[in-house]
Amino acid sequence: MSTTEQPLRGLLTRDPSVVAAGAGIFGDALRQQAVPVTDVEWRPPMDGTSEALARVLADPRLAEANAEALRRITAAEAELVRIAPASEVLGLKRGEFLHSGPPLTWERASGPMRGALIGAMLFEGLASTPEEAEEKLAGPDISLAPCHSRGAVGPMAGVISPSMWVFELRDPVHGNVSHCSLNEGLGKVLRYGAYSEEVITRLQWMRDVLGPVLADAVERHGPVDIRAYLPQMLQMGDEGHNRNRSATLMFLRDLLPHIVSQTDRDPADIAEVCRFVGANDHFALNLVMPACKLAMAAAKDIPGSSVVVTMARNGTDFGIQLAGTGDEWFTAPANTPEGLFLGSYGPEDANPDIGDSAITETAGMGGFVMAAAPAIVRLVGGDVDFALTTTRTMYEITLGEHPSLQVPILEFRGAPIAIDATAVARTGVLPQINTGMAGRVAGTGQVGAGLVTPPAEVFVDALQALADRAPAAG
Amino acid sequence: MTDSVEIRRGVYHDSVTLMQVSQQVRTAPGVHDALIGMGTELNLGLMREVGFQVPEEAGPNDLVIALRGEDEDALAAGQDKLVAVLAELHERSRATGSTTEVAPRTIGSAARRAPGGIALISTPGQYAVLDALDAVNAGLSVMLFSDNVPLADEVALKDAAAAKDVLVMGPDCGTAVVGGAALGFANVVRPGRIGLVAASGTGAQQVMTLLDLAGEGISHCLGLGGRDLSSDVGGRSARQALKALAADEATEHVVIVSKPAAAEVVTELEQLAAELGVPVSWATLGRGLPDLTAAVEQTLTAVGAQAPTWPSWGPTEPRPSSAPSAGDALRGLYCGGTLADEAMILAEEALGPISSNIPLQGAPQVSGHDTLTGHVVIDFGDDELTQGRAHPMIDPSLRLERIRQQGEDPTCGVLLLDLVLGHGAHQDPAGELAEAVRAAREAAANRGGDLPVVVALVGTESDPQGLQDCARVLSTAGAHVFTSNAEAVRAALSHLAAPAETASTPTSTPSSILETGRTDR
Repeated sequence: MSTTEQPLRGLLTRDPSVVAAGAGIFGDALRQQAVPVTDVEWRPPMDGTSEALARVLADPRLAEANAEALRRITAAEAELVRIAPASEVLGLKRGEFLHSGPPLTWERASGPMRGALIGAMLFEGLASTPEEAEEKLAGPDISLAPCHSRGAVGPMAGVISPSMWVFELRDPVHGNVSHCSLNEGLGKVLRYGAYSEEVITRLQWMRDVLGPVLADAVERHGPVDIRAYLPQMLQMGDEGHNRNRSATLMFLRDLLPHIVSQTDRDPADIAEVCRFVGANDHFALNLVMPACKLAMAAAKDIPGSSVVVTMARNGTDFGIQLAGTGDEWFTAPANTPEGLFLGSYGPEDANPDIGDSAITETAGMGGFVMAAAPAIVRLVGGDVDFALTTTRTMYEITLGEHPSLQVPILEFRGAPIAIDATAVARTGVLPQINTGMAGRVAGTGQVGAGLVTPPAEVFVDALQALADRAPAAG
Repeated sequence: MTDSVEIRRGVYHDSVTLMQVSQQVRTAPGVHDALIGMGTELNLGLMREVGFQVPEEAGPNDLVIALRGEDEDALAAGQDKLVAVLAELHERSRATGSTTEVAPRTIGSAARRAPGGIALISTPGQYAVLDALDAVNAGLSVMLFSDNVPLADEVALKDAAAAKDVLVMGPDCGTAVVGGAALGFANVVRPGRIGLVAASGTGAQQVMTLLDLAGEGISHCLGLGGRDLSSDVGGRSARQALKALAADEATEHVVIVSKPAAAEVVTELEQLAAELGVPVSWATLGRGLPDLTAAVEQTLTAVGAQAPTWPSWGPTEPRPSSAPSAGDALRGLYCGGTLADEAMILAEEALGPISSNIPLQGAPQVSGHDTLTGHVVIDFGDDELTQGRAHPMIDPSLRLERIRQQGEDPTCGVLLLDLVLGHGAHQDPAGELAEAVRAAREAAANRGGDLPVVVALVGTESDPQGLQDCARVLSTAGAHVFTSNAEAVRAALSHLAAPAETASTPTSTPSSILETGRTDR
């Protein structure tokens, strides 16, 4: 009747140990008897989730589906295989733009999203003035789609236009492919909604010089193991979302011989490429994100699984997707991050949460491994205890620990990986996201960086959808 | 008089803790009432019932603080007291770990940290099944203390548990002893050769303590919850428990303790026991069936042991044949539901139908809140009287008040009480009970009467409260104390002025234990 030798898994032969949830007196009574007791810091589940939770937790597929999701996520690899224009690798046509987060219309787009789209119109030569760009964007000839709908990810506004060069990463284990734009640096940049001439000029240089030089370098190098950077980042004090210094330098180290050996190019261009990449601490964010996307793509479409495979924001809505609910988005108005502000900017200048970069948290990086990056806490306005507590708390809503992404200060404990929507609803603990803050007004750019969580409603809705797909009880 | 109602978001404490907090806040000068609880429908209802204006937006994740005091100063004093009490709770929790250590938020998380073992779940009923499923999914056996779990959920949960080869004890399971660990309300009994399978909490405690007093020990007591032996649940947990005990080296004999059970389930378990080759005896309550004490005596004979004279304390003088101004009604005020059932089964033979809030079939149903008239047995542990408060074994105040009232009631002929010791129960239950008994007897004496008091004391010497000490305190207050509930009931009946019959002649002899089912549970 069972695989164990003793019935009830040896309940009657083992020394008793007890997990106690609820009234404290029962745990105390056991402690008086010298029985080991672990107390659960219990809270009622999120409002409106009880019934869905009961359905989902009773789904006989749940345990195996989640175990499979965890296996695939941790087994996924990520190699940078080429760099090429989005028109080539994503098949983007003139007038087609990808953006971050769940689906969005121009009418509902926030300031920074509008700014980035205006910039992309100017960059693509589809408009010659911002006003003309806005007019066309509101018209029928421009089409918008989420990056995630094409397997891509984009930081902040995440706008990808046909002429932009993108990284192409491949997971040799599961065969998935993901894409991400090249990082422009900080301050007045398109992804934060800036579209001034300076921004467009930089994008043109990235298209004409940076993209081709790096593409050649990757071709000469052969596939670059991006996945290998991630554990090293955690050992070097980065969390892969707001701090990407180490991976940026590792990437540059790997490609440098293949960049400087491009003797047919203008040495000034070669020097500028090296300077641009090396000076941009966030350059590798656009490699970490698609690497994380590949890990989560491996867990897509597992019936019955409650694992969160996508968390993304478009500046208006926060959306999540679950492994067990296919491509369906569960959305609610995005929260506004809290944190520190650049210059004289303040909370009133910040736009609600934006960007696909929460894919890093979805895959156990970023806010989930804040403990590995104590230096980050000053950027996001916390202290070191906060970083440790945050990471420890994330284990309460994840299925497992990543075997290779390890947090040194927690005795090399594996990163909390595979967010379980049922655990989020049961504990009320929301995923912690480290993020940048875009200016509310189109054209502003970055105003700060800080912390944000998803709106709780997205988990309520996602669980309901998962419950609706569960087999009938009995 | 002035009220204040405050809602605090993001704070959670369990209901027992909050009741203790409320009690302490009520001691602040000028504070007349303090209802501090999570904003569950039940708690909000209680607050509104006593006239507090609670905002609509209060929900189960909010801590709601309702204070009533003489004036603003009193409310401020209540607030200060609350701050102090909560600070003390916080200090206690901080003292247990480093500042960045995070307590497990779910049973699954706790199970990952320390695999194996049992989950003891006493979370509110509407959420308890989630926690139990989580425990089962994590490979833990479950003692589910929580009640108000729907029948369908119980069946699904027990099926899921069987598939995982873990046991679900409960819902509404008050007592278990596993590998020497007393879970919930449980007595400290000597280890030994007799295993219990129990669909009855205080029934199991009575059987365990009597076996202990007879020098016999317990291997394990596996609780089932009161519905397991019904047709609906079909003995799902009982089957698993029986198989486990049959395979257990320490267990030589199994006693199945139960409230009235479905006949087909009983038959099936008999057959299973025969297949497993484990001797089984039954301690099942019902009209015409042996009482629990008699069942224990039969068990002792079955294992080749001798039943002792069950200890009792108190007046040794035989009671005068005619009490001068005694009333004629039996008033049983119980904490243990099974013990109350047993009292009613034994008493109705002598007195006819006994009114109760948990009446036997054919007997009148009364509310525990009503003024008591005629022969009545009240179970203070029944849902009706535990709404919004802890079980009377933890918080005896409601019953103590009722006991005192009985002293002023000339129709009360004898007061029959139980007192259940053990882990999880009140720390000094005998002291408070003795005080109430003394007050009741004094009140009776003041009106020229005499109120005999009989107590069924369920416990062992090893219990944290100590059997002898409790017995002494109670008998000093004038109570007659018995370790056997059945003996206590018979003693109480002997005090009544005009019993219709002697207790030895059953009024009916039903052939099936099913007929003893309650009217409306």
